[in-house]
Amino acid sequence: MDENRKIRVLVAKPGLDGHDRGAKVIARALRDAGMEVVYTGLRQTPEQIVAAAIQEDVDVVAMSILSGAHGHLFPRVTQLLKERGVDDVLVIGGGIIPDEDIPALKAAGVAEVFTPGTSTAETVKFIREHVKR
Amino acid sequence: MAVQELVSRALAHDVRAVSRLISIVEDRREGFEEVYASIYPHTGKAHVIGVTGPPGSGKSTFVDKMALEYRAAGRTVGVVAVDPTSPFSGGALLGDRLRMQRHALDEGVFIRSMGTRGRLGGLSTATSGAVDVLDAAGFDVVLIETVGVGQSEVEIASLADTVILIQVPGLGDDIQVIKAGIMEIGDVFVVNKKDRPGVERVVAEIKMALDLSAPGGHPEGGADRDADRRQWRPPILMTMAESGEGVAEVVEACAAHLEHLGGAGLMERRLRRARAETMEIVSQRIWRGLRERPDARQEAERLAAAIAERRIDPYSAAIDLYKLLISAESARG
Ligand SMILES: Nc1nc2c(ncn2[C@@H]2O[C@H](COP(=O)(O)OP(=O)(O)O)[C@@H](O)[C@H]2O)c(=O)[nH]1
Ligand SMILES: [Mg+2]
Repeated sequence: MDENRKIRVLVAKPGLDGHDRGAKVIARALRDAGMEVVYTGLRQTPEQIVAAAIQEDVDVVAMSILSGAHGHLFPRVTQLLKERGVDDVLVIGGGIIPDEDIPALKAAGVAEVFTPGTSTAETVKFIREHVKR
Repeated sequence: MAVQELVSRALAHDVRAVSRLISIVEDRREGFEEVYASIYPHTGKAHVIGVTGPPGSGKSTFVDKMALEYRAAGRTVGVVAVDPTSPFSGGALLGDRLRMQRHALDEGVFIRSMGTRGRLGGLSTATSGAVDVLDAAGFDVVLIETVGVGQSEVEIASLADTVILIQVPGLGDDIQVIKAGIMEIGDVFVVNKKDRPGVERVVAEIKMALDLSAPGGHPEGGADRDADRRQWRPPILMTMAESGEGVAEVVEACAAHLEHLGGAGLMERRLRRARAETMEIVSQRIWRGLRERPDARQEAERLAAAIAERRIDPYSAAIDLYKLLISAESARG
């Protein structure tokens, strides 16, 4: 009865900055696109994000970051997922991320990086086309 | 991974296996019946506690603090937190976990968020599946958070051993004074946000409603109530979930309620759950057959035409269709 299946997304806000407007906007857009969005809120450590992703059995981990710590935090999440043997979760990121940092993030296993100009529709489309299960 | 291996890993408390099994039973994926058959003998050990109340009453905050209490006492906790699915998009914003993330790194706490998904038969089958997986995996206490907006309270009541009904001051009389059929399901009443004005009034209103429905007030009125409710007087406790104040007392009251139920009371509740669940599954299978089997749909169409032309009456037609459905079911095993 796989028609019961929904795309499940964990929306998390790693790092220390205190704004989650962007994360909430994307969470709502994904909900409106028919996905189940688990929202974990501000100041999540990579360890917390990965533990939540596993317990919630999500298809996607979407992280938003403003603080400039993406270069450390995003790869830490993909690394921890790998360590736990999770290879079927799509990891995407968004926020204020300089173009020149993106290749390194992708090399670390972040499937796509959405910078502030991206429409939420593009993110939705990307997720639909790339979920791994 | 094969279902059997997932099951044995989940029984050994493997987090990923537990999580995947919940998805399988929640989505009714291929093999979910097999999962059920394998885990069910391992269930029945957890104390299952339902927490319900109006949106914003502090249920998630409260569940977070309950989990802290249980952990401090060395007990493991599973949480199933249910939020409404949007009827427009079919999506859901599951925000309960936000208030519980402090437990994320504690292997003794497993939190799972779930959308109501407008399921046939409501929420009960998917939620009970998740509860059973957590129970089988050995969590000592399983907390179910559901939004109290009507039917769902009654459904979790049939699932839980103990039901906590949360109320708060300031929602207005009509919401507070407590819809018929909902009072009855509370085993422990919590008035949260005791830092807010109007708490005493809410307590008084609950007390009044309980007096009215109590066996003493209604000598004959207990016919539809469990035997256990005839002696159990639900306590009314005030809490401030934000700070955790009063939550320890609620945990104690839940333990007292479980003890009060004892072997026989618990069995009565679980029997009630088993009845409801079996009926639900049977009716879902019939519906599924009608939806999915081409031969059944064809036959339904043919019979509808025959009814419209007065060649057969609807009752005889229904029996023909029903026979076709169950013969197809038993052929499939
Ligand atoms: N003043 C006050 N606010 C509380 C208390 N408990 C929870 N809240 C707040 O009530 C709001 C809703 O809480 P939440 O746990 O999400 O409620 P739920 O929708 O019932 O799960 C949040 O802003 C909480 O911080 C309390 O004891 N006092
Ligand atoms: Mg909640």
